[in-house]
This record gives sequence, C-alpha cells and structure tokens, in this order.
Amino acid sequence: MTFVLGAFLSIDFWQYVAVTAGIYAIFALGLQLEFGFAGLLNFGHIGFMAIGSYTMAILIVHASLPMWLAALIAIVTAMLFGLVVGLPALRLRADYLAITTIAFSEIIRIFILNSVRWTGGPQGVLGFAGDYTDFSAALGRRLSSLTHISFDPDRVLLVLVWPIVLLIYLVLRRLTRSPWGRVMRAIREDEDAANALGKNPLFYKLQALAIGSGIAAIAGIFFSYQLLYLSPTSFEPLFTFFAWVIVLLGGTGRLGGVPVGAVIFAVIFAGTRFLEFWPLSLLDDGDRAAVRLIVVGLILIALMAFRPQGIFGKREELLLDR
Amino acid sequence: MNQFVQLTVNGFVAGSIIAVGAVGLTLVYGILRIVNFAHGDYLTFGAYMAFVANVTWGLHPAFAAANAVVLTAALAVGLEFILWRPMRRRGAGVTSLFLTSIGLALVLRNAIQFVWGTTPFRYRINVFQSYDLGLFRISQNQITVVASAVVLIAGVGVFLSRTRTGKAMRALADSVDLAAVSGIDTNRIVTWTWVLAGSLAGLAGMLLAILQASLNPNSGFNALLPMFAAVILGGVGSAYGALAGGIVIGLATELSTIAVPFQYKEAIAFGVMILALLFRPQGLFGRARVV
Repeated sequence: MTFVLGAFLSIDFWQYVAVTAGIYAIFALGLQLEFGFAGLLNFGHIGFMAIGSYTMAILIVHASLPMWLAALIAIVTAMLFGLVVGLPALRLRADYLAITTIAFSEIIRIFILNSVRWTGGPQGVLGFAGDYTDFSAALGRRLSSLTHISFDPDRVLLVLVWPIVLLIYLVLRRLTRSPWGRVMRAIREDEDAANALGKNPLFYKLQALAIGSGIAAIAGIFFSYQLLYLSPTSFEPLFTFFAWVIVLLGGTGRLGGVPVGAVIFAVIFAGTRFLEFWPLSLLDDGDRAAVRLIVVGLILIALMAFRPQGIFGKREELLLDR
Repeated sequence: MNQFVQLTVNGFVAGSIIAVGAVGLTLVYGILRIVNFAHGDYLTFGAYMAFVANVTWGLHPAFAAANAVVLTAALAVGLEFILWRPMRRRGAGVTSLFLTSIGLALVLRNAIQFVWGTTPFRYRINVFQSYDLGLFRISQNQITVVASAVVLIAGVGVFLSRTRTGKAMRALADSVDLAAVSGIDTNRIVTWTWVLAGSLAGLAGMLLAILQASLNPNSGFNALLPMFAAVILGGVGSAYGALAGGIVIGLATELSTIAVPFQYKEAIAFGVMILALLFRPQGLFGRARVV
C-alpha cells in the first residue's frame, strides 16, 4: 500500500508526466492550427517533429553548432519541409492528403533509419545534449538559489516547457483572431467563397502547414532534451495519432482545449505506467503498454461516435465532415 | 539479367499478397467511404487465427487458412454491425470514419499484442526448401504464396464479373445512389462486401506471414501503406485496379533495389503512391473524372 501511495505521491513521477504533457501540448498545438483552423488532415505530423529533432542533433554533433543556432535552423528546416510537402499535396482532397502525409512521415523515418552515418540509424544519436545539460544545470542552480527548492534536470525542463506552451498558445490565439485567422476560418468553412473574394486558399493553407510544422519541430527539440537520445522508434506514425486524440479530446478549433487534452492524455498514457493497485497490478509492462493503447483507441472511437466536438468544442463549429 | 528476373519474381510474389489484401480495402473505401486504417490489422488478425489453428491446435495449413477466412470475415461483418452501421446512421462523414478506423486499428493491434505478446511466431511449415530454376530461385514459401494468390485473384475476378452479388458490389463502388435506385439491396451488398474484404484480408495476412516466415502484431499494419498505394494506383473503388496496383507496387518496390539501396525499398512504394496521387488521382487505369 505504501508503494501505491509512494508512486502516486512521488513528485518526480508527476514531474515526468507534466513534462511529457507539455511536449504533447506543443506538438498538438501545431496540429490544432493545421486541422482546427485550416482544416488540413495532416497524418504525418510526426515527420516534421522528426525533422526538427534530427536536424538539431545532427547540426550539433556533426557541425558543432551551438544549441540555440541548431534549434533555430531545425525549426526553419521543418517549416521549409512543410512548404515543400504542402505545395503539391495541399491540392489533394482531404483523405488523399492524409494518406500522402502519413507516407511522407514514413519516408522520413525510413531515411533516418538508414542514413546511419548521420543519424546513427537504429542505434540512434547521442552526444547532442552537452550544451543543453550545461545550460540546464546553470539554470537549475540559479532557480535553486532563488527559490530554495532543488531543481533536477526534469524540473528545469518542466519550467522551460510549460511557458513555451503558454507562449505558443498566446501567439496562435492572437494569430487566429487576426484578419489572417478570419481568412483561414473562411477558407475552412467555404473554400470557394474565400477564393471568390480573392483569397488564395492554397497560400493560406501552406502558411498553416509551415507554422504547424515549425511548432512540431519545437516539440521535437524539447523531446530530444527530455530523452537526451534520439532513435527512429520514437517517430512512428502512432505518435501523430496521439496528437489527434489530444486535439479531438480538447475540441477541434479550441486552442485552450489542447493543453487540457494533453494533460488528460499524458495522465492516461504515462500515468498508468507505475501505478500498482488492482487491476493494474495484474499486468506486466508489455501488457500495460498494450492496454494503454487499447484505451487510447477506445477513446478515439468513443469521441467519434458520441462527442465528435470534443470536451470544449461547439457542435456548430464542428469541422469534421463538412 | 538474372538479377532482373529474380527481382521480378520476388516483386510479383510480394505484389500478389498486396493485391489480395487491397481488393477489400478499395471496395470498402469506394462503397462505404471508409478509409479503413484498421484493414492492415484485419490481416494480422487473420494471420494469428491461422497460427492458432496451425500451431496451437496442430491442424493442416488448409484448415488454418479456413480458420483465418471464417473468423476474419466474421470480425469484419461483426464490426459492420456494431460499429460502422451505427456510425453511418449518426451521419458520420469521411473524416470521422477515418479517425474511428484509426482507433479501431489501435484496439485490434494491441488486443492481439495483449493476447499473444510481441514475440514473432511462425507456422509449422517447412520454410527452407527452395528450387533453382536456372533463371531464378524460388522458395517453397514463395510458390505457396504466389499459387494461392493467383487462384484468389482469378476467383475474385470471376466473382466480380460473373455473379450478381459481385456485379452489384462494383455498381455500388461506382455510385451507391445509382445502385440503390436500380433496385440493389445496398445493406445486403455491404454485408457481402465485408465478408469478401474480411476473407481476403485474413488470407492475405496468412500469406504474408508465410512469405516473411514470421508473424508479429505489426505485420499487417506494415503492409497497410503498400495496400493503400495499390488502391490509389488502381483508382479508389476499383477492385481490378487494386489487383493490378498491388502487382505494380510489388514490382516497383523490388525492382527499385537495382538503382537504390535495398533498405529504401519501402520508401519507393510510398513515393510511387505520392506521385500517383499528384499526377493521376483517378488511378493508372481510371478515366479522369471528379474524384
């Protein structure tokens, strides 16, 4: 029983869940912009996150660039990939776009898996985190002396990631409430009408995909520094669907729903890993991994069947299937 | 030259499995507008049902195949009644159904993983026998696979072109409204479409596990995107197109290894699919129309 409470009350554990939730929130905010506002069925979001993570790691390891510059170039690279993929693909109808983007993300993963010289292939990349761990340690010391609480690497990451979630949320909120956002919504509601008013839908969708991809890269950068190690198995298509579950949980087109969806998802996903009471105590790690994904699948089915607008969405603004 | 012939043979064998699996995928896509991401996991399910019959119960592979067909068809039809039909009644559209199928895929794959674990299995079939035919080598497994697949493809072709139900299926895939107006009982045909899709998926899953001499909970999902590539190459809703598309994808994947390192061959299938979508969204054999 003490062990049960121990796991439940352990700050380290919940800290880890909170960092994970923050990274999921950033990742899903990018998708929310693409799907919730521009109506793009992007099933290859993870591909852009992979580009962000690996570009940064490769630039640090092979070109010895400083962390900040490498991160910046990684974000820009992911945005450029968004443009390159979007320019032909965004002309396709929704279901074809979905299949094209998931195929794109698989192509990226296959390249990462096989470009052993740059990415380490299946073994992954290590040794890109030196700059970051120095920075994190220094920041941790500074914060400790200010607050008299100890700051381990996870806790530092926690106080880094959530302000970035807030910042991205605020920027996107501003953006989606600006004239640009109104055009975006108009395109989503009725592409022909927006076109007739002289707004080029492709141009706006491209911008949404580029920004969303840049945000995915930011998530990828935090993800790299949470793990301190990158491997192709972290970038399977499944991860994209986690972002979909988060967006749909919070409500399509509801920016504020994303962090809530991310926290719920992280608690379900990471939170069930260490809890030891019945009936969870009957399952070993492998079984739990399977059960977690069964639960995620059931949530997705139940959302689509009973509440497609999500927790906070409005039915009138429901974007699925117009 | 020898390498070319060998790769063509390998490509034809791999492509024939994709073709068998893709027929159901394209019919369901065309008729019900379900982009069924769980279809790959139907293959996995069938492969495990064959495994249970062949290894757990110790039955002959023919009975294993029968078990895969019957139970996968039952799964597909059962899901039509408890999931897809209620969803359609609620007015769910393409995107909702698409996302639902992703949820279903996660449930199926992980239920299989929960029951059988992640350790790869293989059937009780001799996998090492192979024959040298001069121009190329072919293994016992490949012969089994390609012979079964050719029989299945021919059978599907006859069924779709000669039987009333088969013709009705193609009519529905072309236009559900026109088919309904001309007096076809659409619900009955939809059920039969799932029977066909499930049976073929179950068999394709078993053939895949025979060819790869290995079976794990991701086997079917890994074949999903190549099957979608076949569906798109053949034109969505076209069963004949999917059969031909599957062979084309198999050949393109294997023959690409002449020019690019073999590790990238899966990426080639996806690349071919993306090019097809961009330049011929109606499929290689389809006529241009509003898609």
